[in-house]
Amino acid sequence: MAKLTREDVLKLAKLAKLELTPEEIDRLTKDLPSILAYVEQLGEVDTTGLEPTLQVTGLQNVKRPDEVIDYGYQPADLLKNLPAELGGQIRTKRIL
Amino acid sequence: MSQWPLIAEIAAAVTSGKTTAVEQVEKALKTIADQKEYDAIIATTADRALERAKTIDAKIKNGEAVGRLAGVPFIAKDNYLVFGAETTAASNILRGFNAPYQSTVINRLEAEGAICVAKANLDAFAHGASTENSDFFVTKNPHDTSRVPGGSSGGSAASVVLDMAPFALGSDTGGSIRQPASFVGCVGYKPTYGLTSRSGVVAMASSTDTMGPLTRNVADAAEVLDVYAGPDPLDSTTTPRQAEGYSVTGQKMDLQGVKVGLIKQYMGDGIDEAVKKVVLEAADKLKSRGAIVEEVDLPSLPLALAVYYIIVPAEVSSNLSRYDGQRYGFSAKDATDLESSYVQSRSQGFGVEAKRRIMIGTYVLSSGYYDAYYKKAQTVRTKLINEFAEAFQKYQYLIGPVAPTPAFQIGENADDPLKMYLSDIMTVAANLVGVPSISLPAGTVGKLPVGLQIMAPMNKDRELLLMALAAEEVLA
Repeated sequence: MAKLTREDVLKLAKLAKLELTPEEIDRLTKDLPSILAYVEQLGEVDTTGLEPTLQVTGLQNVKRPDEVIDYGYQPADLLKNLPAELGGQIRTKRIL
Repeated sequence: MSQWPLIAEIAAAVTSGKTTAVEQVEKALKTIADQKEYDAIIATTADRALERAKTIDAKIKNGEAVGRLAGVPFIAKDNYLVFGAETTAASNILRGFNAPYQSTVINRLEAEGAICVAKANLDAFAHGASTENSDFFVTKNPHDTSRVPGGSSGGSAASVVLDMAPFALGSDTGGSIRQPASFVGCVGYKPTYGLTSRSGVVAMASSTDTMGPLTRNVADAAEVLDVYAGPDPLDSTTTPRQAEGYSVTGQKMDLQGVKVGLIKQYMGDGIDEAVKKVVLEAADKLKSRGAIVEEVDLPSLPLALAVYYIIVPAEVSSNLSRYDGQRYGFSAKDATDLESSYVQSRSQGFGVEAKRRIMIGTYVLSSGYYDAYYKKAQTVRTKLINEFAEAFQKYQYLIGPVAPTPAFQIGENADDPLKMYLSDIMTVAANLVGVPSISLPAGTVGKLPVGLQIMAPMNKDRELLLMALAAEEVLA
């Protein structure tokens, strides 16, 4: 049974690029172990000889012709949701 | 009594000039305004809807073709990308997002003349079973405003029962169409995985997301599905249609000799006695028309929810990683560099349930835990698929309840996420296995509706809709 400490929660949050409030840390330190305890019942299931299911359609290597299709998207429409724009490009905060 | 006739009849009346598309849209918009107190709707697309209606009416006057859903208004769950209003998925992080393109489902409906009039409320990012997780407001159950309408497609389900439009669109990842349909008393259809394009619908769990209609009757659900089901070059997981299509208008199926398995595991511990009674009565009604109903044993079924709550958070955490504050959606203003912009945008933008699922998903996918959780869950998923295949060797259809209880009180499960997750216990298996499933109104507990769930093998959607049509008649 997974024992999830406050430190574990903070580490997971860091991996997920989340910064939690003290209240959220308290809540998740309480919630996550009970959810994980519930799903851990699978550990006892005998799955000898079974392969994992990744998807249910059975489709493999779906291909299409390598050609440009015009769906009528307008660059201006695609750019209008950008939080910050510079000359038709995505502008981010500085990296370094 | 509904103000909307059958969808096929509305389209015929509009096409023949007995009524106009504008009149239909105005009727829908008026009902939406009149029923505001239930908070089913996030926003209308009134301007665009009326404009489209005028165009359709003008085409009819000119004798041009307008499509088989001409002038039929509908409501889309707000995780469908639609022009004419923001697409928010009821999340703060997508507030203000204007879709630069529409989902394939919407495009196909519009190509046949249907008109989207509004966007319905949901649990943010479709994470939930009550619509209480909406970052905006809680939708009320039309039969009792102190209760939830179910979820996550709670706004869509309520809008149908409130008579706002002839149909609404929902998405079903673990029960999000069927459970609210059961809670409010409408038809909710979850198609075979792969039959409906996911392109342009805000992704939840890509291996189980399906797009389905909520309607007043089975014929309407089939009519709508028939318009948009089938392969889409924009979604490489889509699969071929059945040759006969999905429309069942005017069709009939004889229940005589039809083999139906009543799922034993859904009728045992944990089910509300009154719900159980409704399901058993429904089974008796099917028997009275000659169906052979027997109990069927699916021993691994009680594991389905545990499988679901590993696989789905894993896919959720992956799908939600795209919300980084750089390209669209909420972006933290105070961030000083790129890394803090990612972290602050996500931390301030996501609600607590999204964060919870991201954290669980990150945990089960992290190195050292991947095999014990994620891979194990996928292997138990295979076990479930095998048991369903075996059951379908013997039975054409499987039936059971949709949810263990009727609609619960607002706030009742809010503090205990595991208790909320248990509301999906009877619906998640169909998503994990990929089979089609429908919720049909079967009876009531007090004034609260209760649905009957019917499932068929994968890619037998037409057979399921015909069965549902027959069941609808005997349950009425």
